[in-house]
Amino acid sequence: MSDTMWPLWEVFVRSAHGLAHKHVGSLHAPDAEMALLNARDVYTRRNEGVSLWVVRSSDIVAAEPDTPEKAFRYPTYFHVPEGVKHL
Amino acid sequence: MYTQLVQPDDPSGEGGPEAAGFEDKIDRGVTIEPTDWMPAAYRKTLLRQISQHAHSEIVGMLPEANWLTRAPSLERKLILLAKVQDEGGHGLYLYSAAETLGTSRDEMIDALLERRAKYSSIFNYPTLTWADVGAIGWLVDGAAIINQIPLTQCSYGPYARAMRRICKEESFHQRQGYDVMVTLMHGTPEQRAMAQDALDRWWWPSVMMFGPPDSDSPNSEQSMRWKIKLFSNDALRQKFVDQTAPQADAIGLVIPDPELRWNAAREHYDFGTPDWNEFYEVIRGNGPCNRERLAARRAAHDDGAWVRDAALAYECKHGVGA
Repeated sequence: MSDTMWPLWEVFVRSAHGLAHKHVGSLHAPDAEMALLNARDVYTRRNEGVSLWVVRSSDIVAAEPDTPEKAFRYPTYFHVPEGVKHL
Repeated sequence: MYTQLVQPDDPSGEGGPEAAGFEDKIDRGVTIEPTDWMPAAYRKTLLRQISQHAHSEIVGMLPEANWLTRAPSLERKLILLAKVQDEGGHGLYLYSAAETLGTSRDEMIDALLERRAKYSSIFNYPTLTWADVGAIGWLVDGAAIINQIPLTQCSYGPYARAMRRICKEESFHQRQGYDVMVTLMHGTPEQRAMAQDALDRWWWPSVMMFGPPDSDSPNSEQSMRWKIKLFSNDALRQKFVDQTAPQADAIGLVIPDPELRWNAAREHYDFGTPDWNEFYEVIRGNGPCNRERLAARRAAHDDGAWVRDAALAYECKHGVGA
């Protein structure tokens, strides 16, 4: 009964002008055009977005960064002398 | 939702350093993601739970679809179409979440069609009148919301994220159902009787949706420790009754339970015991519509095969992968 599986696509939606695309989920589709059509139906039924991206899941390269905390990268790390403004 | 292959199932057994890390994440409320180590039993339990949930969304389209062509107005038809389409979407979100556990969509669908996987018992009841569409939205989707809101905080990331999307859409389903009931209760005596009849038939199956009593729910404790179940069946059931009883009252519907009454000391409604034999019979495949539902799913799957084949053939001929 099993079918030959369609590839998996990751779906990204930009919810409004000026915002970045955000990952919303995934779906199976045989090609990019059908992936876009399915993404429209599955992930934007309520005007959730102004722009859609679909990317083959197998084309995404991922890692989990394991960098040490560098507190000095944040402005609050530095003590500002009493009375000093606009810093 | 994730591209990396899931890790092979914990060959080290349950006691290694990965297990301690897993338990620590659960305790600290850090979500478990697909590439993280997880105990085989956690993976298996989640896969069963999420895939059953996905199957329920898909099979759940059938009872309501029965009324699509006979909705009483064009507006009701559009609303019901949108609702049924949402259910299909919910099924897809959930299949995607389940796939991150390392089982393919095809395997899950085969398991449903071959009766190796289950779906919610409620969808094995027939929709005899238009009022049933109201009762399903109000009661069945209402019960689903109570079940699902806690799951937006469950320990498995892809499941929690899918539940957040679903819960956002679910309240539309409940409201439209209640609105059907409100409209009927403002109608003719026949329409009011139809609404009451639908409540009479859907009440107990809805109460049973939360699963067997805690005393007969052996797997619950482990699932609660893993935070893939956050409240007990009986606690959720109580919440459903407390929430729904006043909604029935407000529009003049009578819940078919002679034992139902407000208990001021407990600050909860007391209510009767469902017929658990009926529940187990339906689960075993002997409900009013079990055969019909699976036959409809099989027919849809088989009748759609040529579309899947054609799309794949087109991609092989023209696609980038050719």
